[in-house]
Amino acid sequence: MDIIVCIKRVPQTAEAEVSIDSTGKSIQKDRLTFDMNESDTYALEEAVLLKEKFEGNITVLSLGYPDTDDTLRIALAKGADNAIRIKAENFENPDAFQTAQILKSVIKTINFDIILTGCIATDDAYSQIGVTLAELLEIPHAALVIKVDANEQRTHVHRELEEGLIEHLDIKLPALLTILTGINEPRYASLIAIRRAAKKEIQQLGKENIELEDLVINSVIEELYVPPVTKQVEILTGSPSETATKLAGIVKEKGLI
Amino acid sequence: MTELFVLIEHRKGEIRDISFELLTCAKKIAEKENLNVTALLLGSKTDQIIDKIKNYAHKIYLFDDPVFENFNSEIYQKNLSDIIKKESPLLTLIGHTAFGMDLCPALATELNIPFSTDCLNLTFEDKKLKVTRQMFDGKLNTHEILRENPSYIITIRAGSFPAVEGNFNAEIVKLSPKETTEPEYRKFVEYIEAAIGDVDITKSDVVIGIGRGIREQENLEMIEELAASIGGVVGCSRPIVDADWLPKDRQVGSSGKIVKPKLYIAIGISGAFQHVMGMKNSDTIIAINKDPNAPIFNEADYGIVDDLMKVVPILKEKILEMK
Ligand SMILES: Cc1cc2nc3c(=O)[nH]c(=O)nc-3n(C[C@H](O)[C@H](O)[C@H](O)COP(=O)(O)OP(=O)(O)OC[C@H]3O[C@@H](n4cnc5c(N)ncnc54)[C@H](O)[C@@H]3O)c2cc1C
Ligand SMILES: Nc1ncnc2c1ncn2[C@@H]1O[C@H](COP(=O)(O)O)[C@@H](O)[C@H]1O
Repeated sequence: MDIIVCIKRVPQTAEAEVSIDSTGKSIQKDRLTFDMNESDTYALEEAVLLKEKFEGNITVLSLGYPDTDDTLRIALAKGADNAIRIKAENFENPDAFQTAQILKSVIKTINFDIILTGCIATDDAYSQIGVTLAELLEIPHAALVIKVDANEQRTHVHRELEEGLIEHLDIKLPALLTILTGINEPRYASLIAIRRAAKKEIQQLGKENIELEDLVINSVIEELYVPPVTKQVEILTGSPSETATKLAGIVKEKGLI
Repeated sequence: MTELFVLIEHRKGEIRDISFELLTCAKKIAEKENLNVTALLLGSKTDQIIDKIKNYAHKIYLFDDPVFENFNSEIYQKNLSDIIKKESPLLTLIGHTAFGMDLCPALATELNIPFSTDCLNLTFEDKKLKVTRQMFDGKLNTHEILRENPSYIITIRAGSFPAVEGNFNAEIVKLSPKETTEPEYRKFVEYIEAAIGDVDITKSDVVIGIGRGIREQENLEMIEELAASIGGVVGCSRPIVDADWLPKDRQVGSSGKIVKPKLYIAIGISGAFQHVMGMKNSDTIIAINKDPNAPIFNEADYGIVDDLMKVVPILKEKILEMK
């Protein structure tokens, strides 16, 4: 079973200070750390589990800048066989739709039974590239998948809907699945595997190596801005002992203890 | 008159709240742009749903067939692309839900219509569609301009347009579906209900929500102690369930439980909208987070910006003292 996993390297912003850069359309990246997008780590693990069951080949694919090679190397260390980086420096700020079109052009040249993507990239948060890609490739898809039970021809999948309800589907391969966090337990790469992966080659594809159709842009970012305050929070100040005392006081005042 | 389409979402025969929010959003835009609101209802035995949405739209296009009873994006896509092609509405609104995320990108791509997902707001400026979205873990908003086109498709985040009933009386137009056989390449099998656990967090007056900020599973004990001191239960964000530190029935949020306690304390939770959707209607919300810019502070009544490891043990002591 041959599997393609689409991976994005993203800034880790959940706990970091995020500031807008001088263009007003992007963020200052120099003080942020970057890593594999969270749901992509689960997609990769699912690919490795499928490979352990059916054998075959895992290709990891990313449209990214040169430092994306570090992320792809981690994927190689975790069990991917080939890694391809499409050079983002050859394209001018592709939007999500263009990204899907570029990924499609490369995927067209590779054999696969299943494509796995993350269900959302934590930086731009579109949740659209996987399903778009499936449509461009004219293959079936399922989004928000939390269980995969495949044989060579078809796969049963569970999609997670709202409030914990699950939708069970039966899908013909080749197909594309967008993977939700929690589907498995992503492994860590061992030191030996990381050392071995450091020596592996990462295929670099520039614009000249890809047969591209005319790229269509769907959207352009006009500006980034700090979300307006919708609810005025009262921040309790002081040492932990002072703030905890104030907070306990509020809880008591409200009659909750 | 130019049309604005709204896709009605339902599950197991029940209309879902997002449908009313989409219709409310549609009404706002329709008034400004002088459009006609048409609800698209693909379903089976739809009388009850029609009753509920009649006042919200000028027109309901009804596709009635047993195949539409359960959502299947493939069969929905075939019928929707047909009607959108025929009528070219200026805008089609879909919920940014498990249903919409599975459908919208494929539908819009098939039709070659510009689309955007998870929008909080939208406006037309000189015929160009401008949407408001969030990026970077909800820390920044963006305005995005879509490629100019006679027709657009947008998914809207739940909670962005609180439902307001309209005063229309929709004309119901029954259309014959173009396609009513489920394709063999994607078949709906069944719904599986969430498992019921030992604690029902929706029943408690106090819920202590714990997030990834807890770092280690061992630290959960400290939270359990805090919950015990107030007489509350421990809920959590999704990553805690993903890591198997707490069972799924403790998860608060769009894909977990919706809670409405008297007091919700969010500890080490950033406040992603999927989490906020599950707790924003709590009477009092307190957030403890070391990041002053965490979006959770936009939802909270009271906040402490500090290390939870320092605050939580003292908070427990103080509460026990004051009891
Ligand atoms: C389809 C879908 C459905 C989803 N459904 C849900 C859902 O139902 N519920 C849900 O919760 N999520 C859901 N999510 C995930 C959601 O998008 C977020 O990823 C998740 O809520 C983040 O959890 P978190 O706040 O615990 O972690 P993070 O976003 O990583 O935040 C951790 C927070 O802890 C703080 N912190 C770290 N260390 C400390 C410390 N020592 N002291 C104090 N604070 C600290 C940080 O500043 C940060 O704000 C869903 C996602 C998708 C795609
Ligand atoms: N530049 C990229 N290169 C490869 N895959 C990507 C890229 N951007 C997004 N993806 C994939 O698409 C998924 C969803 O992204 P998005 O639609 O932007 O939220 C991600 O989880 C990745 O699997």
